[in-house]
Amino acid sequence: MLKDHAKLMQAVLVSGEIIGRKKLQKMIYIAKKVSFPFHERFQFHFYGPYSEELTLRVEELCNMGFLNEIKEKKGGYFQYRYTLTDTGKEFLSLNEVEMPFLQDCLEDMNEQNARFLELVSTVLYFDNLSKEEVTDKVFTLKSSQRYTEEEIDQAYAYIEALKGKAKLH
Amino acid sequence: MVYSAEKLSEEKVFKDPVHRYVHVRDRVIWDLVGTKEFQRLRRIKQLGTTFLTFHGAEHSRFNHSLGVYEIVRRIIDDVFAGRPEWNDDDRLLTLCAALLHDLGHGPFSHSFEKVFDFDHEDFTQNIVLGNTEVNAVLKKVSPDFPQQVAEVVAKTSAKKLVVSLISSQIDADRMDYLQRDAYFTGVSYGQFDMERILRVMRPKEDQVVIKKSGMHAVEDYIMSRYQMYWQVYFHPVSRSAEVILTKILHRAKQLYENNYSFKNNPIHFYSFFTDSVTLEDYLKLDESIIMFYFQIWQDEDDSILSDLCRRFVNRNLFKYAEFDPAKEYKKLAELTRLFEKAGIDPEYYLVVDSSSDLPYDFYRPGEEEERLPIHLLMKNGDLKELSRESEIVDAISGKRRTDHKLYYPGDFLADESTEKELKKQIRTLLEINL
Repeated sequence: MLKDHAKLMQAVLVSGEIIGRKKLQKMIYIAKKVSFPFHERFQFHFYGPYSEELTLRVEELCNMGFLNEIKEKKGGYFQYRYTLTDTGKEFLSLNEVEMPFLQDCLEDMNEQNARFLELVSTVLYFDNLSKEEVTDKVFTLKSSQRYTEEEIDQAYAYIEALKGKAKLH
Repeated sequence: MVYSAEKLSEEKVFKDPVHRYVHVRDRVIWDLVGTKEFQRLRRIKQLGTTFLTFHGAEHSRFNHSLGVYEIVRRIIDDVFAGRPEWNDDDRLLTLCAALLHDLGHGPFSHSFEKVFDFDHEDFTQNIVLGNTEVNAVLKKVSPDFPQQVAEVVAKTSAKKLVVSLISSQIDADRMDYLQRDAYFTGVSYGQFDMERILRVMRPKEDQVVIKKSGMHAVEDYIMSRYQMYWQVYFHPVSRSAEVILTKILHRAKQLYENNYSFKNNPIHFYSFFTDSVTLEDYLKLDESIIMFYFQIWQDEDDSILSDLCRRFVNRNLFKYAEFDPAKEYKKLAELTRLFEKAGIDPEYYLVVDSSSDLPYDFYRPGEEEERLPIHLLMKNGDLKELSRESEIVDAISGKRRTDHKLYYPGDFLADESTEKELKKQIRTLLEINL
């Protein structure tokens, strides 16, 4: 029952709190790419991989009272914080989700900033291309973020480390 | 004359109920329309199972693709041409991407992709870049032209302005499907003044923006998107058909995995069952093939598969009840238990459908850079996000609305010849009166 919703709830639960919709999007995308069974469909949008399905599911979970969303003003824009409510925890206890190693991966991602996760998700989106081609994509599609080659190297290293945590190796 | 600039000796037109005429002068576009991969789109309905609710909704992805091409052609030839922000060298690329943007859609795409876990966008890429007639036409323009088109369709092109014409929150794709779906379903919600919107569109660096004076026409477009979502796309009867369709595919797959012996070998499905679909397999599939299998599976020995197929073919759909997961998930667990006890497999006959299962969306103001919003171009040259200027749009986009329904076979539950008491309990829980 509501298995895909339950997986997202599990992701928020093991992360403790996720600050920012963009961060949430990138964390789920990266987790999916390193083999966790999230089924939300992602497409490349102006700001990188984005899933409308995920946005809708999060809205549904908020409306159901399973997720708590706090809207706060930060500088000139709004930011959202997500935690699991007690009702959400109760639902999850009755609808267990088996995703071993998810906690390790999401905790790690949650410690990274959204800008870096945006780079990591972009690198993963183009994982069928060579590193040189990916670098070119990052420089052209993400020119406003001014990523450096060093950061791209870090993104590659991070992906490898994450795959290790997800026990892909 | 080089192929990319070649014009037909006489303009060709397609009569179109939404745009009156679709005009073609470019040889490349004409050749693409004639390819077998593009012609295949005639055999794939734009709205999948919606024809079971709105009987007029038999229009195809072919109609829609031509419509998107025509809208883009009008924007770049009639509005953008000559403006310094627009590079006319991108004209053919934009037209080709508009025409081909849905090329990878298959029959009943959404259900197929869900069950067999693939993305039709990958097939769009494969058709444009693979050994196909479409690729051969595009390659005649230049060796790297297929790649350029593929990147625009995938939204990964560096030409963001071109991408935003075909895929953004106010793009040619949506403007066509809203009007076309409204026309063929017969509803009046999808109407908006597209001519006005096209006249106030402006190229601005890497996105299409709307002159402030056109804000009210855009409000109408946003309203129509909202109403079409709830009145047509999320119509509970269409969703019921979609639920059954998805369950048929699930059942067929499961039977195959359990070495079930089908009376007729479902050869068109084998590569889907084994997750080894080639482009060739994929292109062979259309709705007539799928309906053929649904017809013959009505006579299969497996009672679930044959029942579900009979329901789909004869439009004997599941009934539905409003469902609030937060308050009723324990009730659902109880219903699942009772269904099992009554011998009605809940995996196939008790289904929750949520609004997030639908491949359509609302306008989003793009907080936290999730999606690029619609920007209004103010008189002083500044850009302002639409919902900050429009109270109507702010009201719609600020209020979240989600929905869930619970689907079940009403006729099974009404049949008291077996498990009378259990079915009575189920009906009580579902608040069904005989």
